[in-house]
Amino acid sequence: MPITYTSTEQIEVYRFNIAAAILIPLVAVFLQAFVPLRLHFFSIFDLPLLVVIFFAIARRSQVSGMLTGAAIGVLQDALTPSMPIGVYGIANTVVGYLASSLGVKIDVENAGSRGLMILFFYVLHEVIYFAVARGMVGLTLHWSWTHELGSAFANALLGIAIFALLDRFKQRT
Amino acid sequence: MENLISRYRNLTILAVLLFGQVLGLAVQVKRSGENAPTRLIRIWAVDAVTPLEKGILAFQNGTHNIWHNYFYLRGVRQENRDLKDKIQQLEIERVRLSEDAEQAHRLQALFNFKEQYIAKTVPAQVIGSSGSEQSRSIYIDKGSKDGIKPDMAVITADGVVGKVLRGVQNHVSSVLLIDDQTSGVGAILEKSRLQGVVRGTPAGEVVLERVMSDEAVETGEKVLTSGGDRIFPKGLPVGTVTKVSPGQELFLNIRVKPAADLGRLEEVLVITEEAEKAPAVTDEHIRAADVLAQRLPSIPDQPAAANPFAPPPPTSALKIAPAPGEVAPGSNGTKTTPKTTTAGAAKPTGGVAGTGSTTANSTVSAAVKTQQKAGFVPAKINSGSTTAIEVIAPPKPKTKVTKPSSEPAPGASDKAKPESAPVSQPPTSEPPN
Repeated sequence: MPITYTSTEQIEVYRFNIAAAILIPLVAVFLQAFVPLRLHFFSIFDLPLLVVIFFAIARRSQVSGMLTGAAIGVLQDALTPSMPIGVYGIANTVVGYLASSLGVKIDVENAGSRGLMILFFYVLHEVIYFAVARGMVGLTLHWSWTHELGSAFANALLGIAIFALLDRFKQRT
Repeated sequence: MENLISRYRNLTILAVLLFGQVLGLAVQVKRSGENAPTRLIRIWAVDAVTPLEKGILAFQNGTHNIWHNYFYLRGVRQENRDLKDKIQQLEIERVRLSEDAEQAHRLQALFNFKEQYIAKTVPAQVIGSSGSEQSRSIYIDKGSKDGIKPDMAVITADGVVGKVLRGVQNHVSSVLLIDDQTSGVGAILEKSRLQGVVRGTPAGEVVLERVMSDEAVETGEKVLTSGGDRIFPKGLPVGTVTKVSPGQELFLNIRVKPAADLGRLEEVLVITEEAEKAPAVTDEHIRAADVLAQRLPSIPDQPAAANPFAPPPPTSALKIAPAPGEVAPGSNGTKTTPKTTTAGAAKPTGGVAGTGSTTANSTVSAAVKTQQKAGFVPAKINSGSTTAIEVIAPPKPKTKVTKPSSEPAPGASDKAKPESAPVSQPPTSEPPN
């Protein structure tokens, strides 16, 4: 049921119950830390980022999107021992803000648009991450376009499936 | 001003959030050079995640063990036989290598070299990872309470894994893998002895850097730790060169396949203690004659007439007894009777079993020499059906033996030394009076 309106179309805003809002990000961070131990290729995916994008476009609130991004990012940073806390935090905050802003403007229920959005935000996330890691932390990370684009496509495909799964937790306001 | 802030409320919150994180980052970067304490949030996050990971792994391992140890035992007998065969092969190989190692120790001692060795390790189980492509690190279930400290080397039986990072907790530590972009391992190529630095790439590959492009590096060559980084002991396997191509500037681009399977790590060893000592060689005053005696070939065996009444050897002796009707190796087809040579004669050049003998004979010869040096009590080794070798140790050996390691073998005599005894003694062929 639509409750907010733009000048041209109706859009729906969803909310999540408190358990889902806390557990989904925690499970995503946990899986991201645990699964690559057994399935090494899984490290090309970024489940926490997908969850940030999902919550941001579902809630369509910029404040909520950036706070979710910051919280998940800092948690991810805390589990990345070789990096200072804040690198993922900054990248996810910006992505959360922009994803929620974009979610207001375009249709985000379509699988194709979801895939394109994830593709775009993944690359943006990596650009911010590398910029912060290189510019502020002084790390000598190497950028590889082919690798980043490959990862972006892989995340887009996984994201479409995960978004369909997470849609079940949505509650209309 | 208030209007402006309320109008751009969301942007203001974004700016505040980003500013706060940038500020926090700047503080951490500034303190990173010092021994900064671990962030509380990091401890909380690890404490929140690791119990769950430990629980899942314990359940997984328990199920796996029950299934494989009590139910799924197909092929275990065959595997057991294969492993026993392998043990025998490895034992022969070990004996041969111990000879080489002993020689190396002697040479190192001669030049006052100190050798580093791994004195103590702590086994640990891998319970988690950072899950990030940019940071390849894992968590292990051992921490400061188990003696783990930052910058300790982490290995497996296959090779080098990584090093322990700062922020070791009581029962959890993080390990930076060698395929991480920020890692660096001092390495050396096994054959060409070229030195470089092993690093990770964004794609998770491992490369050897800092090798000049005019050097010749072959694929398949092994990469070992050089010990130059003061973290990894020298000589541990790092990986194998898989591809060599011209790189940027003056250096080669050498791709390395890690020796340890970094994608399937389950158990690792943390080197908690390294020691440095001079090679264990008992003979501190080697005389030139002794050195010469070791290097010179033994006196050729004389054909001995068959004499069942030949007296037993007076000193430590090695008896080679061909099986009845068989030809002793290295005897040019002449049938020989059992003959004896002294320990000194058996030592150099492996001539006991004949220089032109088969590999089996040479390995048996090496085994005999090792036993002889250790002063073993009478023992018998059968090499197939052709040659029987008997080692006889005297009650009071006059020859000085070199200990193969710091630990004396049972029955070994530390002070036995060839005084002016002949290097080799001609075989006794005359009957007793």
